Amino acid sequence: MLDQLKMPARNYLNNGHGLASWLLTKDHKRIAIMYLISISVMFFLGGLFAVGIRLELATPAGDFVQAGTYNKFFTAHGVIMVFFFLIPSIPAVLGNFLIPPMIGAKDLAFPRINLISLYIYWIGGVFTLYAMLSGGVDTGWTFYTPYSATGSNSNVVPVALGIFIAGFSSILTGLNFIVTIHRMRAPGMTWFRLPLFVWAHYATSLVQVLGTPVIAITIVMLAVERGLGFGIFDPSRGGDPVLFQHLFWFYSHPAVYIMILPALGVQSELISTFSRKTIFGYSFVAFSSVAIAVFGFIVWAHHMFVSGISTYAAMVFSFLSFSVAIPSALKVFNWAATLYKGAISFETPMLYAYGFMGLFTIGGLTGLFLATLGMDIHLHDTYFVVAHFHYIMVGGAIMGYLGGLHFWWPKITGRMYSEFFSRIAAILVFVGFNLTFFPQFVVGYLGMPRRYHSYPDEMQVLNVLSSAGASVLGLGYLLPAIYLVWSLKKGEVAGPNPWGASGLEWQTQSPPLTENFVEVPIVDREPYEYEHVAAKEKHLV
Amino acid sequence: MSNVAAHADDRGHAHAHHPALQHHFDTMAQQKEAAVVGMWVFLLTEILFFGGLFAAYMVYRIWYFDAFAEASRSLSLFWGGLNTAVLIGSSLTMAMAVRCAQTNKRTATVNWLILTMILGAVFLGVKVIEYADKFEHHHVPGYNFQWAAAHEAPAAGEHAVAASEGAAAAEGHRELSLTPAQLQLTTQIYFSLYFTMTGLHALHMIIGIGIMLVITRMAYQGKFDQEYYTPVEMAGLYWHFVDIVWIFLFPLLYLVERHV
Repeated sequence: MLDQLKMPARNYLNNGHGLASWLLTKDHKRIAIMYLISISVMFFLGGLFAVGIRLELATPAGDFVQAGTYNKFFTAHGVIMVFFFLIPSIPAVLGNFLIPPMIGAKDLAFPRINLISLYIYWIGGVFTLYAMLSGGVDTGWTFYTPYSATGSNSNVVPVALGIFIAGFSSILTGLNFIVTIHRMRAPGMTWFRLPLFVWAHYATSLVQVLGTPVIAITIVMLAVERGLGFGIFDPSRGGDPVLFQHLFWFYSHPAVYIMILPALGVQSELISTFSRKTIFGYSFVAFSSVAIAVFGFIVWAHHMFVSGISTYAAMVFSFLSFSVAIPSALKVFNWAATLYKGAISFETPMLYAYGFMGLFTIGGLTGLFLATLGMDIHLHDTYFVVAHFHYIMVGGAIMGYLGGLHFWWPKITGRMYSEFFSRIAAILVFVGFNLTFFPQFVVGYLGMPRRYHSYPDEMQVLNVLSSAGASVLGLGYLLPAIYLVWSLKKGEVAGPNPWGASGLEWQTQSPPLTENFVEVPIVDREPYEYEHVAAKEKHLV
Repeated sequence: MSNVAAHADDRGHAHAHHPALQHHFDTMAQQKEAAVVGMWVFLLTEILFFGGLFAAYMVYRIWYFDAFAEASRSLSLFWGGLNTAVLIGSSLTMAMAVRCAQTNKRTATVNWLILTMILGAVFLGVKVIEYADKFEHHHVPGYNFQWAAAHEAPAAGEHAVAASEGAAAAEGHRELSLTPAQLQLTTQIYFSLYFTMTGLHALHMIIGIGIMLVITRMAYQGKFDQEYYTPVEMAGLYWHFVDIVWIFLFPLLYLVERHV
């Protein structure tokens, strides 16, 4: 049967040729592809700065770059990775591409706004990159006042404005998803038949829509503070720099959930598909996404335990931070229960899913260390924190992104990539990641602070391990860039449903038509009914 | 929107599609619901956007209440009150415009929209007068800020932070416990917030007038009817939101402890 598969004659990729057909498209799938290319460029740019950081830290002395340059390196790494890669990654690429076919819609509710969001992202990105190349910023991605307002002599306002602009792209994407999920579902696609990927994106969109405007107004306040000499955050003029931290983290903590929630959604799809089982506890997994989004908004001050907030406030925020562990752990347990007695297999997307489960668990548990008041005094601003959030953002969000990209690649392009090389890459990413970031837990616990370009000699072994791991990780990230591009021309034709998955998006051809489906599908069964898929496969063969 | 003409009906509907129906929606009702939900979600983000400023306002108003009361008294109740009336009036004219679009009254829709824009412009004009006054009195925060009561005092930044404790203890509303130097600093915070809040609000008004220009043109060209008047309604929602922000700004900025 496999050799009979042909690329569909009509699909969204050959519906219109030339640059204008892409730049002016309103097709969510083409917009997703353009996002994919843009964020990949940003990812490798952000990665370059990480290379700079790890090179500097390979030796204890600050000898590769000067301290000021090092500050600009880690700021650039953080700003690019957080605002221009991680936040748009899964939603703008996979969510954009997949939500309409998953719910049986022809497009997102606002196709034009979708395209506008891409342009806004580009403008914000170019603005930020230009500001970084013409001098850079040295405040760290957190832009803490009063240093960012009065101390720093770098391009604070231009870079912050770039983030401000890109924020609107994020808001518009979230808004589009919320309306689409509410109003564009096919007949029979009830809320509890939605794939968990869609639930996760719904929760993510809530955070994008409610959180992002707060960072926007914070940036406005920072800009008038710096540019016009207002004194809102200036302690020497009666202002309060801690207020900046409150406002900043009110967005930037939930932003972590913008990064991880979609990855959790991908994870549910992968685990269910590759263990050929209905997801265990569907509604719990669905609501835990919403719960994480809600809890995410009331834990922000755990970043500020040593900023002089009151002990009582700190206790409440510590308690609430612990509560986030409940819905998060619930997901992990449900995935484990789904795997139990399933017909599990080891295709590349599933390798990422296994890696994700382990790394997300470690990242989550070390988060509890940091949410503990006494512990945080010792660990605050050390490499322990760096390791913790990289376990969530890189080990979690990027693993989820890569797993999802590999899973839906045949749907997006209609072709398969090399299974051999993709497995090698998945293993390299897992090994390289752990080699890079596990030593950072140790070195952080020993007291190495973040954001310094030199360190005591006795910490060199751990730092060299970390730098070595980073090169393995880099290789693991470069490989997919090569074999995925290769697959575009040479890959085997995938057919509509190469994984035998149950989702609605697999019921249409790969790559899909511009309208996704020939006619509007009518949904008459529950999600993840793998018994049904198995029957259909038998019938086909 | 108009370029999505009624296309071949592939699902066997008996009636022709409305010219404003976009291809990915099934019905006009679905398209309108999507727009309404989208607009409300957008307004939610706007609330959070202004919310950051209201949070900052709340903190400093509690810390520096006396300074806020003192600075608030320097604003003109006449201009502020007039603007409040103008904006409430513009909300009424906007609502009339939506109603007329809904009932197919093309000329009336255009006229109400123009009237709304005029009222918006009046509001902005008054704001210019008020801002000019602040510039004259050196009430614009920054290096030239000068609080009138404080002109003899030298700049003394170190004392500012301590201002709040003393402020809280003040009993009589005219008996200020703040030294002129403290007033100089803390009234500046008030004016920082005043300019950021009213400035952002004015920016929203300008954007609103821009949107309304487009909508008025569309209404004039006869693009709306009882089945399709969504853009007018969305512009209306936005305009009412901008109004309601002012309804909060007015008492917070002009009426701090302003009883007679």
